[in-house]
Amino acid sequence: MSQETLRIQKISAHAGAVPGEGTQREFQVCKLIDTTTCIGCKACEVACMEWNDLPFGQTVFDNTYQTMPDTRWNYWNLIRFNEHETEDGTLMWLMRKDQCMHCADPGCLAACPSDGAIVQYTNGIVDFQQANCIGCGYCITGCPFNIPKFNSETKRVYKCTLCADRVSEGLEPACIKSCPTGCLHFGSKDDMKYLAETRAKQLRDHYNFPKAGVYDPPGVGGTGVIYVLHDVTEPENYGGLPKDPHIPLTVKLWKGPLKWLGNLAMVGGLIGLFVHYLRFGPKSRDEEFETKREGEQP
Amino acid sequence: MNPSRRDFLKYTAVGGTAAAVFGFDLQPAYAQLRTLKIARASETRSTCPYCAVGCGTIIYTIGDRAKNVTAQVVHVEGDPDHPTNRGTLCPKGSSLQQEIMNDRRLLKPQVRRPGATDWQDISWDDALNEIAARVKKTRDDTFIEKDAAGHTVNRLESLAWIGGCTDTNEFNYLVVKAMHALGVVHLENQARV
Amino acid sequence: MTNGWVDMKNTDMMLIMGGNPAENHPCGFKWPIEAKRTRGAKIISVDPRFTRTSAVADLFCQIRAGSDIAFLGGVIRYAIENNRIAKDYLVNFTNAAFIVRPGFQLPGDTDGVFSGFDAKTQSYDRSTWNYAGTGGGGGDSSPHPPGGTSPAAPKLPEKVEFDLSLQNPNCVFQLLRKHYSRYTPEMVERITGIPKEQFLKAADLYTSIRKDGDMKKASTIIYAVGWTQHSFGTQIIRTAAILQLVLGNVGRAGGGVNALRGHSNIQGATDMAGLFDSLPGYLKVPTPADTSFDAWIKRITPTPSKPAPWDSFNYSSNTPKFAVSYLKALYGDAATKQNGWAFDYLPKVDRNYSWVQMWDDMYNGTVKGMLAFGMNGVAIGPNSKKNIDALKKADFLVVGEIYPDETSEFWKSPGITTDEMKQIQTTVYRLPCAGFAEKDGSFTNSARWLLWKNTALPTPGDARLDQAIVAQIFLKIRELYKKEGGKFPDPVLNLTWNYSNPSSPPLAEVLKEVNGKALADLEDPATKQQIKAGQQLPGFAWLKDDGTTSCGNWIYSGSFTEAGNQTARRDPSDPSGLGVHPGWGWSWPANRRVLYNRASCDVDGKPWDPSRKQVWWNEGQQKWVGNDVPDFKVDSKPKDHMGPFIMNPEGVGRIFAPLSAFADGPFPEHYEPIESPIDNPFHPQQTHNPVVKRFKTPDDKYGTPKDGYTVVCTTYRLTELYHYWTKNNPMNVQLVPEPFVEISVEMANEMGFTGGEKIKVSSIRGDYIAKAMVTKRIKPLMIDGKKVYPIGLPIHQGYRGIAEDEGKDARTLANLLTPTVVDPNAYTPEFKGFLVKVEKV
Repeated sequence: MSQETLRIQKISAHAGAVPGEGTQREFQVCKLIDTTTCIGCKACEVACMEWNDLPFGQTVFDNTYQTMPDTRWNYWNLIRFNEHETEDGTLMWLMRKDQCMHCADPGCLAACPSDGAIVQYTNGIVDFQQANCIGCGYCITGCPFNIPKFNSETKRVYKCTLCADRVSEGLEPACIKSCPTGCLHFGSKDDMKYLAETRAKQLRDHYNFPKAGVYDPPGVGGTGVIYVLHDVTEPENYGGLPKDPHIPLTVKLWKGPLKWLGNLAMVGGLIGLFVHYLRFGPKSRDEEFETKREGEQP
Repeated sequence: MNPSRRDFLKYTAVGGTAAAVFGFDLQPAYAQLRTLKIARASETRSTCPYCAVGCGTIIYTIGDRAKNVTAQVVHVEGDPDHPTNRGTLCPKGSSLQQEIMNDRRLLKPQVRRPGATDWQDISWDDALNEIAARVKKTRDDTFIEKDAAGHTVNRLESLAWIGGCTDTNEFNYLVVKAMHALGVVHLENQARV
Repeated sequence: MTNGWVDMKNTDMMLIMGGNPAENHPCGFKWPIEAKRTRGAKIISVDPRFTRTSAVADLFCQIRAGSDIAFLGGVIRYAIENNRIAKDYLVNFTNAAFIVRPGFQLPGDTDGVFSGFDAKTQSYDRSTWNYAGTGGGGGDSSPHPPGGTSPAAPKLPEKVEFDLSLQNPNCVFQLLRKHYSRYTPEMVERITGIPKEQFLKAADLYTSIRKDGDMKKASTIIYAVGWTQHSFGTQIIRTAAILQLVLGNVGRAGGGVNALRGHSNIQGATDMAGLFDSLPGYLKVPTPADTSFDAWIKRITPTPSKPAPWDSFNYSSNTPKFAVSYLKALYGDAATKQNGWAFDYLPKVDRNYSWVQMWDDMYNGTVKGMLAFGMNGVAIGPNSKKNIDALKKADFLVVGEIYPDETSEFWKSPGITTDEMKQIQTTVYRLPCAGFAEKDGSFTNSARWLLWKNTALPTPGDARLDQAIVAQIFLKIRELYKKEGGKFPDPVLNLTWNYSNPSSPPLAEVLKEVNGKALADLEDPATKQQIKAGQQLPGFAWLKDDGTTSCGNWIYSGSFTEAGNQTARRDPSDPSGLGVHPGWGWSWPANRRVLYNRASCDVDGKPWDPSRKQVWWNEGQQKWVGNDVPDFKVDSKPKDHMGPFIMNPEGVGRIFAPLSAFADGPFPEHYEPIESPIDNPFHPQQTHNPVVKRFKTPDDKYGTPKDGYTVVCTTYRLTELYHYWTKNNPMNVQLVPEPFVEISVEMANEMGFTGGEKIKVSSIRGDYIAKAMVTKRIKPLMIDGKKVYPIGLPIHQGYRGIAEDEGKDARTLANLLTPTVVDPNAYTPEFKGFLVKVEKV
C-alpha cells in the first residue's frame, strides 16, 4: 500500500503547536456549488458512494425526490430538494447539495477531545482519522451544519473527506468530476470566490435575481465549500442552510478561554465529563443515533 | 469502510516530543490517506450504454492485462477528453461499475419448456441447435413467396426480431442482414418506442 | 438532431418542450447551461409538470399533455402577426413562396380534415397536397410504404409556380398564416390550459430573437419522446420544424430542431434499419408493386421540383448507387446486373409491421416466434397485458439479456397461477449476453456522432457476445438449409459472411463492410484520384450503381476508410470554438456536424452572424469552405441559388409538406389524444387524428370521460433510473426505492390523501398501484372550461429487480395502463396523455 499523505495544519486535541506549521506554502482548495444551475440529478451522490465504496443502505419513499432525510455515516453527499413559492407565487424547486463544508474554523475539530481524530490539512480539507476516533460524538455537537454521522457498529464517526485521497494525487473530488451541469466547480478558494461572485452578479443583473449572492459564512472562518444562492438573504430555504453558522458557544468556551485544559492530558476525563454534559444535556444520544440508523445495512 | 486504511501516521508523536524539548518543530505532521484505488488499474475507454448523449467513460479494471488476471471493474468515471461530457457522468453513468459487476447477471443458458413452472439449464449447443431448427421450421412452414396479386414478396411474417437500445451499429447491421436474408419483416427495435 | 450536444452552447434561446433533458440527458444538458452562463441565453420550459429542467428555466408553462401543436401553432401565429420572421431566409430557403394547387383545402375550411379525406378508409387521397406547376417530377417522398399498390402515384411538378412577394393567397406562406390564424392566444389557453398571459410571455420571449428583423441570434428547439409518443407525434415535430424555418434557425450554430434520443444507440439502430420500414441509410423498402429492381429505384429516386430560376442539388438522385452498393454488400457475387442485384432476395413490404402491430399479429396468431435481444418488450409496452397475452400464444421466444427481465419471465408474471402457468405452451430460451463493457463496436449518439468503444473485460460465466450468438444461430440455419433444403434458400445461402471468425464476427470487420469498398479499380474523373479494388472507400461520393462498389450503409460511408477506423478518433480539439470537434469520432453524413449548414449564410454566402462562422462561400477559391464540412455542393455559386436543403427535391425547407410525405396532413393540425378529456375545440366532430386507427383485440380498450376516466396521465423517466435496467443496480435503487405517482396538492386534498399514501391509478386497460407524491409542481388545469387534473407516472419498475423479485413486493408495470394506438407516420405509441382515474387504496 502506498503511503499517500497530506500535511496537517490543525489537529484535534493536540498538545502544543502543530508540528511543521508554516514551513510550506499551499493554496486552499474549495468547492463551489452554484445552486442556480443544479438540476438535482444526484450524480454527485452516486459518484461519492461509488468512489468511496460506501455500503448500500435502504431508503423509503417520503413524498420527495430527496434520497433520504439526512446524510448518513455511509452517505456523505445529499441533494436537498425544496419546493418554494416566492412572494409573487412563482414556483421554485431549490436543490442544494449538502455535505461537509470544510470550515476554515471547523467546529468538529474544535470539539474533538481525541488527539488526531480530526485534522485539517494545509489545503483546507477537514478529515476524520477514524483510527484515532473514540466515538464520543462531540464533533457532532461542534458542527453547525449537522454533518458528522455516527456508525454504531464501528463506533466511529464519518463524513465527506472532500476525496482527500484524490486531491492528494492531484485529482478533483469525485462529486466535482461527475457534475453534469458544472454547478459544482473545484479549484483554489480565491478562484472559486471570483467565479461565484461573477455568477451572482450575472444572476442579479441579467436573470432577475436581485438578491443573488455567495454563501461563505464568516462565523466559521469561511468554508471550503461555498454556494451561489438565488437569494442569499434566505439560505434556510435551501433545506435548512444556517443563516449565520457559528461554532456552538459551549465548544468555543472550552477550546478558547479554557484551552489550557486541553494541554493537560491528565484532566482529559474531567473535560470529557464536562463536554458530555454540554453535548447530551438537551437530548438522548441513543435516540438520535438509533433513529438515524433505521433501515440501514451497515 | 475499513477504518484501518485511514491510519493516522504517528509522526505527530515524534514531533510532539521535539516540540516539548525545543519548543518548536520542523518535522511536519502528516495523515495517511486511503490509497488511490485506481492508481495502477488498467484504463479502457468506452461509451456509456444509457442515453444518447453517448458520454465517454473510462473503465478501471484491476490488473495490468496480464494473462493470469481476470479483470474486475473497480471504478468507472467520465472521460475528460470527450467533447460532450468532458468527464462528467449522470447518476446512471456514475453507477456503471455496479451495472457491470452485478450479482444479478445471467451466467448460463436456460430454457422454460411448455407448461413448465421453472427454468432448467441447457447447454449452448442444445439451445442454439433447437433455436435454429425452430426458426427453419417456422420459415419453411409459413414463408410467403407471392402475394394474392401474384407479386413476388419473399417474406416471413411469422418470426419477429426485437432489438435493443444498446446494440452496436455493427451488431444491428449483422442482425438486419441475417433477418432480411430470412425474409423477416417484423423487424423492430427500441428505436420505435 | 440537426445540430449537436456541444453546439447548444452557441444558442441564445431555448424552447425545451416534449423533453426533459436535465433529467434524461444530464450530461448533454451542460451545454444549455453553458449557454446560460456564457451567452446569457434563456430557457423556456413547457411541460405537463414542473421538472428539474423547469427548475433551471427562465420561464415555465404547464401544458396539458397532448396539446403541443396548439401551443406551437400559437407561437407561429404570434411570430407572423408580430413580424418576427426571418424574411430572406423564408423566401429563399423554404417553400414559403411556392404556390399550392387550387384544390387544396385546410381543416379550418372543412370539417376538421384536409382535402381528400375518405372517412370510410380513414385515409387521404393526397393528390391535392401538391404545388402548382408544370412537368412531372418524380419520386415518392413517402418515408414509409404506401398503403396501396397504385402504380401511378401523383408526382411533384418539375417547375413550381412561386411568388417571392409571398402575397399570393395560395402561396405556402399565406396558407400557413391562414391555417394558424385560428390558433389565437385564447384558443391556446382553452386547449393547453396555459393562461393567455403566460402563453404570450413565452411566445414573446421565444420570438424575441427576431425582433426588428435581426438575424444574428439563433434559437433552438429541444425535444424528446414527449413529442413523439402521441397519435400525432410526427406532426408536433413538423410544427417545431416550421417554426424554426419561419424564424430562420435551421442550419445555424445554436439553432435547429434537436431530438434528444433516449438510448445509447437507437439513432444507430434507425440509421441501420433496425425498423421494418427502411433499409440502411433510410432507403425505402421495396413493396410488392416494385416488380423489379428498376421499378423500385424509379419509385424511390426523386427528381428536382423547384422554381425554374433556382437550382436544386437533389442529392437523393444518387439513390441507385446506394441501393446497388447495399445489395452488393449483402450478396456479393450473387448480386448481378442480370438478376437485378438480387432484388428478389429482399422481403417486400406493403403493410404495417411495426412494434404495436407486431404484438397484435402475435396476439392474432401470425407471429409464432420472437427473438428479443436486449429488448424488454413486455415492460416497454404499450398495454403490457396484451403483450403478455400475445406471448402466451407464441410457439417460442428467445431472449438474449444480461439480467432476468419481465419479458423472459412473462409466464410467471404477477397474477398467473401455477395452474395457468402449466397451460402456457410457449418455449422460452434465455441466453446470457454481454454487457456494454464486454463488447467493442460503435454507438451513434443523438448528434449523429459514431464513437467506437473498447472491450474492458471478458463476459462473465458462460455468457457470450451478442454477435457470436446471432452469428451462430444464423450459421446453423444456413447449415440446415444446405443439408435439408427448404423454402427459398437462396438469400440464406448467398448472404456474404466473410469474417475472419464467422461464428463471432469481429465488429471492426463489420464496420469496414458497412463503410464499403471498391470491387474494381476506380478513378475520380475530376481529380484523377484512384482507388484499387479491395480498398476501403473514402466516402459515399465514390459509390457506383454498376456493381463496382459495395457499401452496407451509405450514410456511414467514410467511417472506416483506408486511414483506419474513423469512429475511434480521439482528437478533442475545436479550432473554431463552436463545438465542432471535427477530429473526435466521426459523424454522418461525411463527418458533418451541423446539418443544412449552408443555411447559416445569407443568399450571398455570408454568415448571418459573423461571430459564429460555420461555413461560407470563398470567392477566391470559388467554393464553400468553413469550420464544419459544408452540407452542400461545394462549388455551387450563391448566384445559382441552389437550395440548402439538398435532400429535398425542392432544395428548400418544407413548411408545406407535399403529397405522401405525411399520412395526416401537409400542415400540422391540433387533434386530441385518442383518450381525451374534451372534444377538439377547433372541430368537435373531428376530435382525433382522422387517419389514426384503433386495434381490435379484446385487450384493446379505450377509455372516455363518460366511463369515469377524467384524469390526464402522462408517463416519463426519472434521472435516477434508466428505463427497466437500473432496477438491478443497488446504487440507483437506493436513490428511488419505490414507484410513485405525481399528483397535485389540490387533487390530493379533494380526494383526501397525503403524500406517501398508496393509491391506485386505473385506465380502462389495467391498474397501477404506487405511493402518491403530492406536489406543488403539478397544478390542475382549466381545459375548455373544465377543471382537469393531470398526473404523472414514472415508468421504471416492473416485476423483476432488486426490490421486485418473487417473494418481495411485485410491482406493477406502468405500461399496463397505456393504450395501443400509434402515430400514423412513425408508428410510435401514445404513451403520453391518456385517461385514468385515481382511487385511494
